[in-house]
Amino acid sequence: MILSGADIVVRTLIEQGCEVVFGYPGGQIINVYDSLYKYQDELRHVLTAHEQGAAHAADGYARATGKPGVVFATSGPGATNLVTGIATAFLDSIPMIAITGNVMNAQIGTDSFQEIDITGITLPITKHNYFIGAIEQLADTIREAFRLAVSGRPGPVLIDIPKDIQQAKCDYEPQPPVTPDERFPAKDVRIEQAAECINKAERPFLYFGGGLLSSEAQDELLEMAERIDAPIGCSMMGLSGIPSGHPRFLGMQGMHGHYACSMAMHHADCIIALGVRFNDRVTGNRAKFAPNAKIVHIDVDGSELFKTVSATHGLRGDLRLTLQKLLPLLRQTRRPTWQDMVERFQTEEAGQRDLRDGLTPRNAMRALDAHLGENTPVVTDVGQHQMWAAQNLSFRRPRRFISSGGLGTMGFGLGAAIGAQMGTGEHTVLVIGDGGFGMCLNEMATAVSQRIPVVILVLNNGVLGMVRQWQTLFFDKHYSNTVLDRKTDFVRLAEAFGAKGEAVADLPGLDAAMGRAFAENGPYLIDCAISRDEFVLPMLPPGGSMDDIIVKVGD
Amino acid sequence: MNRYTVAVLVRNQFGVLNRVTSMFRRRQFNIDALTVSETESPDLSRITVLFDGEPSMKRQLVDQLYKLPDVCSIHELDAENTVSSELLLIKMENDPVTRSDIRAAAEAYEARTLDYTRDAIVMQITGESRRIDDFINLMRDYKILEICRTGVVSLERGSTTIRRDTRL
Repeated sequence: MILSGADIVVRTLIEQGCEVVFGYPGGQIINVYDSLYKYQDELRHVLTAHEQGAAHAADGYARATGKPGVVFATSGPGATNLVTGIATAFLDSIPMIAITGNVMNAQIGTDSFQEIDITGITLPITKHNYFIGAIEQLADTIREAFRLAVSGRPGPVLIDIPKDIQQAKCDYEPQPPVTPDERFPAKDVRIEQAAECINKAERPFLYFGGGLLSSEAQDELLEMAERIDAPIGCSMMGLSGIPSGHPRFLGMQGMHGHYACSMAMHHADCIIALGVRFNDRVTGNRAKFAPNAKIVHIDVDGSELFKTVSATHGLRGDLRLTLQKLLPLLRQTRRPTWQDMVERFQTEEAGQRDLRDGLTPRNAMRALDAHLGENTPVVTDVGQHQMWAAQNLSFRRPRRFISSGGLGTMGFGLGAAIGAQMGTGEHTVLVIGDGGFGMCLNEMATAVSQRIPVVILVLNNGVLGMVRQWQTLFFDKHYSNTVLDRKTDFVRLAEAFGAKGEAVADLPGLDAAMGRAFAENGPYLIDCAISRDEFVLPMLPPGGSMDDIIVKVGD
Repeated sequence: MNRYTVAVLVRNQFGVLNRVTSMFRRRQFNIDALTVSETESPDLSRITVLFDGEPSMKRQLVDQLYKLPDVCSIHELDAENTVSSELLLIKMENDPVTRSDIRAAAEAYEARTLDYTRDAIVMQITGESRRIDDFINLMRDYKILEICRTGVVSLERGSTTIRRDTRL
């Protein structure tokens, strides 16, 4: 059938299984919005307050569902406002399709009104991007974008569509949704070498990241842990990959990771790294990182295997398929000495626990934890609250901890929470600091208009806590520009947006407020006052090693 | 530090060179020379990359190239099995005092004279980069007005081609 380019965009999205698009209209994408009007019964569009919020919402949707999130924006500022959202998705390997309008082909390159080279700008932050020069390429390009976004290591893809392409007409035939590229296991010889290495190890440690979630290799990981009697840790991106309560699970590793987990990794003689990329926040000083360990690294992206930490055995392949071939080669073993050592680390960790009463960050997180359902998505922003949530909340299902890892994007939270809620249909929680909330609070308007059931827990300490923590520890308490000293009343702000909210000042008050918040069918803000002098601990100082770990801060 | 020659077949699409060089730039690969050329197929272009670095950097460069969807095939060429050539255009001042020395050197290197005017001589030589370096060094004794070289292109000896593992 003959359709306009704009109709082809919408029809192809529907054909590919897209149910919801987040976005913001404008002059150069107005034709696509006209098609959205036509197909509004088949494709839902969520109007956000800002394109950045739309990009984070698409990202949150993708993180919570595993399906690509789709975002629309107009040319120029609309497109550039997506940039932080696309980069956030890129750094965390999240599948996303960003579609931008642009000026007519004939005007491209002339610096027309709201013209910007968005394919140039997003080149280093997309898996791939496209500029549509002819309408005949349009439908197939969108299909290819879907395939690319979810194949191998997932990531964002951008398609820039000039206005004349949206207006032109072309034949369109619906096609079935694309299937991701076939997955493949690592080479047999590599798997055999890795098995030999693991079988020789005395203190193996299993370490997984976000790749475990993309590959859905949870069962294989747990089976391997049983077989070789190894403790398990994860990067922040791996959180929720396996149930937090699993007896072998030591929690998150890294700069603010669990002590026992970091110690076990440090003392391991074989680290089996699954779908991770050994970011500097994980390794600290690379020269002193896990000094005695051989590293078996499995990742679908071969460029990660020798990038920052050089693997002893690098296995390029799909995690699940590779583990399935690796498992039968591994000897069933018990390792009482190693387990005793790990238990000792856990006892030491328990001794460091912050057991103060009152509204401490840990107690606030524990109070929240009691309200979480099995399927509740917990979204965070970036900063101290993010680490407190990552350290203290428990997750039972994959894709239920949603947080900006690689890019560390403040202002990610509210948009992502909206997307995660829409993707799952679950009452969602957003844990956010007062600084980050200030960066995305405009999306309160979206949460209200879309009636998003989301509990917004603002850990309000009146400062930019994470930077302040560094200033305390490493900059002689020079609190340069981290004391907010704002007079914002978050409860009245929520009310001004049409949402409900309340402020809490103690732990019982927080618990009661959460009861009311979860009963509300819409956004509900809890302004939770905490002390500005709280620290995220333990802490491996940047560039430090386990010898430098800070577990307690004196006055 | 080693020198590597990597031949890359890419989809012949708008902006593909930019994608490749943008990746080199942002990951700070030290590229010595880079050429792009048409191939036997109109769908493909061939990029020849001359790269100086440690083996680990070379590995990372190849792994990162593989991730670009427009890259169809990558082949590392080892010097033993490769023929390489590049082309130099050089413009010399045409001074009566030095003219005969320049012409003698040009003859020894089998340089072709492409343009000859009262004030300048434009010459062309082709061959291995080393030979071109040597010729330029000789010419430094006289007044060089302008130099332009293409960068190296390479093919493997024998009937081997890099297309055998091409994916499109």
